[in-house]
Amino acid sequence: MNLNLDFAAIIERWPAFLDGALLTLQLAFIATVLGTVIGVLGAIGRRSSHPVVSRICGIYVEAIRNTPLLVQIFLVYFGLASLGLKFSAFAVAAAALTINVGAYTTEIIRAGFDSIPRGQIEAAEGLALSKAQIYWHVVMWPAIEKVYPSLTSQFVLLMLASSVTSQISAEELTAVANYVQSDTYRAFETYILVAIVYIVLSLIMRAGFWLLGLVVFPRRRRLGTPL
Amino acid sequence: MHKISNVASQSPVVSLRNVHKSFGPLKVLDGVSFEVDRGEVLVLIGRSGSGKSTALRCIDRFETIDSGEIVVGSHRVSDPKLDLRALRQDVGIVFQSYNLFPHLTIEENITLAPCSVKGISKSQAKEQARQVLAQVGLEDKLHQYPEQLSGGQQQRAAIARSLAMQPKVMLFDEVTSALDPELTGEVLKVIEALAADGMTMVMVTHEMGFARGIANRVVFMHRGKVHETGPAAILTSPATPELAQFVGTGL
Repeated sequence: MNLNLDFAAIIERWPAFLDGALLTLQLAFIATVLGTVIGVLGAIGRRSSHPVVSRICGIYVEAIRNTPLLVQIFLVYFGLASLGLKFSAFAVAAAALTINVGAYTTEIIRAGFDSIPRGQIEAAEGLALSKAQIYWHVVMWPAIEKVYPSLTSQFVLLMLASSVTSQISAEELTAVANYVQSDTYRAFETYILVAIVYIVLSLIMRAGFWLLGLVVFPRRRRLGTPL
Repeated sequence: MHKISNVASQSPVVSLRNVHKSFGPLKVLDGVSFEVDRGEVLVLIGRSGSGKSTALRCIDRFETIDSGEIVVGSHRVSDPKLDLRALRQDVGIVFQSYNLFPHLTIEENITLAPCSVKGISKSQAKEQARQVLAQVGLEDKLHQYPEQLSGGQQQRAAIARSLAMQPKVMLFDEVTSALDPELTGEVLKVIEALAADGMTMVMVTHEMGFARGIANRVVFMHRGKVHETGPAAILTSPATPELAQFVGTGL
């Protein structure tokens, strides 16, 4: 066995890797922001007393959770194409990842909503707050604080899963790796480097979520206790 | 049945007339009627399951009734077209389990409803928060979180939160049942001060000594009915054997 690693040709391509990494982060950012919005709306929908609304949200969640991400990406990609709509690979990737993570986020946030004691809502109702005000002030913020660790893990997972969008040639990190290794014939070195970059991206995201948590959960920042 | 005469001719602030309510096959309220005049303290007593908490919760429409009539000020609570939020601006309710919002400071707990519901300015709401907290003796807890307070302090903060909405009637649902005797005392003192200020109140309590001291009117509920009613004196000289037995075991 003769392991002969040569990173020189790989490192030379660092601008391409940087571009890929930035694109991966952009995909993760878009899907995180939009996925959170979908998650909140989906969770409200799943808890709705309107049976049609809760059913539609339930079907969405189950359909996404029971199909592979790659298949979902192809469905969006070829679906839009067959409707004659032209979008960039990046836009399709962002849309598919958002749809995917939105379903998982719906379930996580719904669990958070369900964990708010009935007494909290009664107290808010007794203070004459409207339904929307109760959801916003009394249910949503503490619910998100409670499920924040699961939520952030899900978003980091999503960033890693975005490597699958290389299949529709979105120019993210894994796609960059794929053509660098076919150019240089240094496949093992390429993927070692890419793995390290993914670790760095994960750490960046976790640090970002930690900082965001300090800003949006002032009680936690001051007391350090879980809600 | 013991009847007491109204001092003033004004209409009552709260009135229940022949209220019936069932949970499935279980009849919880079986023709309940009572009235509360302005500035009066009405104490609801009775065994667990006698319907006293349900009667109280019906006043704020946390329970809907099957038949009968409930009127609070200008609000016809039993009317399906009731403006629920208008009713709840006039009625404050305090629960056994405090129900402060754990992610908000005491100040934020108190200013939330005045700002969002009444639309008053943040600075005005904060000033008011200071006033109501002073009223319950917690002005130094403004920027603390609920979990940093003792049970008694949390309950006093919950009372302050209700007061900030300037209700016309306050409802207290077994507000000291989760507290030890020492903490119970500090909460009861706050309620006594409110009564002395002329707040109209309806409370469910198991504190018989306190009820004797504060009640203008006592309603003893038994099996979903008002079994005996009268001034606080009925607690020391009950007319019915059921109330005699209840206060006998309660003391």
